[in-house]
Amino acid sequence: MKLYSKTAAELSGLLRKKEITACEILDDLFARIAAVEPQIDAFLSVTTDTAYAKARAVDEKLARAQPVGPLAGIPVGIKDNICTKGLKTTCASKMLENFVPPYSATAVEKLDAADAVIPGKLNLDEFAMGSSCESSYFKPTKNPWDPARVPGGSSGGSAAAVAACEMPLALGSDTGGSVRCPAALCGVVGLKPTYGAVSRFGLVAFASSLDQIGTFGRTVEDTALLFGAICGADFAHDATGRDYHFPGLLQRAKGLRIGVPREYFCSGIDAEIQTAVWKAVKQLEALGAVLLEVSLPSTKYALPVYKIISSAEASSNLARFDGIRYGHPGRAAGTMDELYSSARSDGFGPEVQRRILLGTLALSGGEMQKYLRRAQGMRRKIAQEFAAVFCTCDVIATPTTPATALLLRERKNDPAGMQASDLCTVAASLAGLPGVSVPCGFDHSGLPIGLQMIGPKFSEATLLGAAKSYETAIGGFAVKEL
Amino acid sequence: MGLDYETAVGLEVHAELCTKTKIFCGCQNAFGAQPNTLCCPVCMGLPGALPVLNRQAVDDAIRMGHALCCSINRVSRLDRKNYFYPDLPKAYQITQRDVPLCEHGSVQILVDGVVRRIGITRIQLEEDAGKLMYDDSADGILADYNRCGVPLIEIVSEPDLRSAKEAKIFLETITGILLTLGISDAKMQEGSIRADVNVSIRPCGGQELGTRTEMKNIGSFGAVYRAIEYEARRQMAVVRGGGVIEQQTRRWNDAKGKSCVMRTKEDAQDYRFFPDPDLPALEVSKAHVQALKHTIPELPVAKALRYIREYGLCAADALLLASGKERSAFFDSCAEHKRCDPISIVHWMLGDIAKILNERRMEITDTALTSENLTEMIALIECGRLSGTAAKGVLESIMERDVAPKKLVEEMGLAQISDPETLLKIVNGVLSQNSKAVADYQCGKTNAIGFLVGQCMKASKGKGNPTLLREMIVSALKQPKKPDQKAPVAK
Repeated sequence: MKLYSKTAAELSGLLRKKEITACEILDDLFARIAAVEPQIDAFLSVTTDTAYAKARAVDEKLARAQPVGPLAGIPVGIKDNICTKGLKTTCASKMLENFVPPYSATAVEKLDAADAVIPGKLNLDEFAMGSSCESSYFKPTKNPWDPARVPGGSSGGSAAAVAACEMPLALGSDTGGSVRCPAALCGVVGLKPTYGAVSRFGLVAFASSLDQIGTFGRTVEDTALLFGAICGADFAHDATGRDYHFPGLLQRAKGLRIGVPREYFCSGIDAEIQTAVWKAVKQLEALGAVLLEVSLPSTKYALPVYKIISSAEASSNLARFDGIRYGHPGRAAGTMDELYSSARSDGFGPEVQRRILLGTLALSGGEMQKYLRRAQGMRRKIAQEFAAVFCTCDVIATPTTPATALLLRERKNDPAGMQASDLCTVAASLAGLPGVSVPCGFDHSGLPIGLQMIGPKFSEATLLGAAKSYETAIGGFAVKEL
Repeated sequence: MGLDYETAVGLEVHAELCTKTKIFCGCQNAFGAQPNTLCCPVCMGLPGALPVLNRQAVDDAIRMGHALCCSINRVSRLDRKNYFYPDLPKAYQITQRDVPLCEHGSVQILVDGVVRRIGITRIQLEEDAGKLMYDDSADGILADYNRCGVPLIEIVSEPDLRSAKEAKIFLETITGILLTLGISDAKMQEGSIRADVNVSIRPCGGQELGTRTEMKNIGSFGAVYRAIEYEARRQMAVVRGGGVIEQQTRRWNDAKGKSCVMRTKEDAQDYRFFPDPDLPALEVSKAHVQALKHTIPELPVAKALRYIREYGLCAADALLLASGKERSAFFDSCAEHKRCDPISIVHWMLGDIAKILNERRMEITDTALTSENLTEMIALIECGRLSGTAAKGVLESIMERDVAPKKLVEEMGLAQISDPETLLKIVNGVLSQNSKAVADYQCGKTNAIGFLVGQCMKASKGKGNPTLLREMIVSALKQPKKPDQKAPVAK
């Protein structure tokens, strides 16, 4: 039986009916990984031993008819910036090449409690900074739809692994679009939850006020299943979290008020993408949704605002990697300052260094701080505009990315151009809103296009429900044969 | 230039709070554990770890705010202060810069019996850093992260202190308040209280402050005193020599009794402060702030002023008595019995009792002494049934075990002899056996009376009433000359 291409929901059903075992799922999955990984390069580590140990434990419980968790036996890949106790967590950086955390992220603890199995850690842009997965210190991941192209980023490994059926489910993290963009480019479903819905404890911080762990699946149902397992309060560890209980999908296309912001359908967004997204929106209208043209005028400032705020926070968050406990201090170090600079120059890649420098400048006294203050003001304005729009509509529909997957190295040395990939996703991140990307067709070269839907805070049930209605209407999403 | 200068001193006092756990994690907050044993991902600043604010630390800081008459900000912020140092694992300290928890307060200090009011600019919550140990035998520097995340409050004073002495009294007063509230051990030798000192001078009576210099992290009250004395003298010498004071951070070397320049204004560090995005704004409810206000007990200076007012104690005794939590509580309880003169209680407490406690390194609460027993003993002395000398023995006993002094006096046969007939016999015996002393007295050597009283006490095995004995000796030796009024009074 081809288990690797089954959805998590299907696997779960088969397991519970005792038609398969958790170990069999793993056998099949590891064989699939061995077969396609040379083309995809989604994994930074494959954790066979611990995965089988967990799978055997689940199988024993099932054999003894003991109660099991909602994700019993289901493999979930973890982005390598989420701490896993005893398993290397590198953030795809030379700085953390050998870092083995002594603790697990709350999301990982919850997965363990739900009896999920963790078969490996997935590639990303270094410290989640990037939009192509090419800033990984170790290797670039390739897009399953065209291995000459990038999977998007920063959660490129997670999106590609799910798209290539190396993993039914995966965790990623989204700071400015790092779940939604690669989901769109790899043709899978990606959810960036409301800021605070999932504990950030154990997610290696990039920009604390924006970071959020998100979920990938090949179906909306799977994506929601994984989200349901990791969300909820973690007051002992994360002061920015909220006690949110996910009630499940709230499927209701009829009467759903969908806002279509004109700022997201303009030059700068590929025409083919605009057409595909518009077609998807029309499909929802055909199901009974009401379309409303809305305006979010400050959208154009979202990218620079994001750049300043995320870099400022990153410069402080990454300061702890100073060569004393992480990285390689180098032998030449004479003074403390020399030690810090040699370790940090050696341990961080160019994209990370660029952002640390920009962020340090943004936080420095005097003139520069003006930019940060203005950025914070604009961030509030962007959030207010969203709030105003949500008075009249339930969700907003936009493209997820301005373009389909780039060729490898196409923009590797064009940092500004690369950041423009987040054009459609950063605004929702700045406002702390949930967003989901679902596949909505292909461009002329057969590359996937993503439809993004954004909702008010803690509206994941409605958002995923709308996505599910669309998925059902089009008869499900395509999976790339490899 | 004949101008006189005055010194203006502002202090920043860092006090470690003695909460059970650290400020942002569940690690135990304790001093003296094996290095790096009280650490977790949060206080070690491991990747992915997040801070969660300790409620108790917030409450402690608010209580200190009330004690220093501050206004409590219902919404305050926690900020990151970014700098690289090996004792700071996150490379930033979480502190409060823009909006601290408490602001605009003041504290009364007692200087030579006079009340001075010193402004308190702010009290902020923050975390302590680790400790570096420069061990010659080790290759490099050793870091102990146990102290990382120990909660601190930083109390910043206005530059209202006018001398090294006032600064020292201010520190003692703050320490007394911390101890009274029970929120800090305030042990300088364990580093749980440290001070940064800002010093400037200006012509006497001037309004504007001079340029200040700062000395950081001074670890003892004595050193603070010496550092200020030195710095004020240095600045005066510079100004009198026609020079200008430069704004700088100086390092105080207590062993050498000197300070030297560490940093000037030009190379001041940019800490790149910004609100910590991991911690939401700190909000405290009005009701909670109010409830905490009711937990503030009478503070040492207020207590001392009350002692002066109600019992007529001298300022020094009042302050000494009020500054110890146990001591003052014991005194208050004694005074409540209203069976003896409060001043006698103070004399016993600060005299014989303090001496015994010092020798045994104990607090009064570590002994069996009760306020009932002490006041009963003093009352026995006051009514002439127990001599001061014999009382010392009684005191030893009632500090050992809870036993009524009246009973002790009977059991030990210590009851004072006040019967005139018995006493007269003793006096006559002593006078006849000490003719030299008698002759001395009659020649005007009035000191001899003390010796004679002592001999009578000895003959009575310490039980004779010394006041009566003295009177009897004097009248027995009555001569045309008047007895000396200034004869020493036996205790």
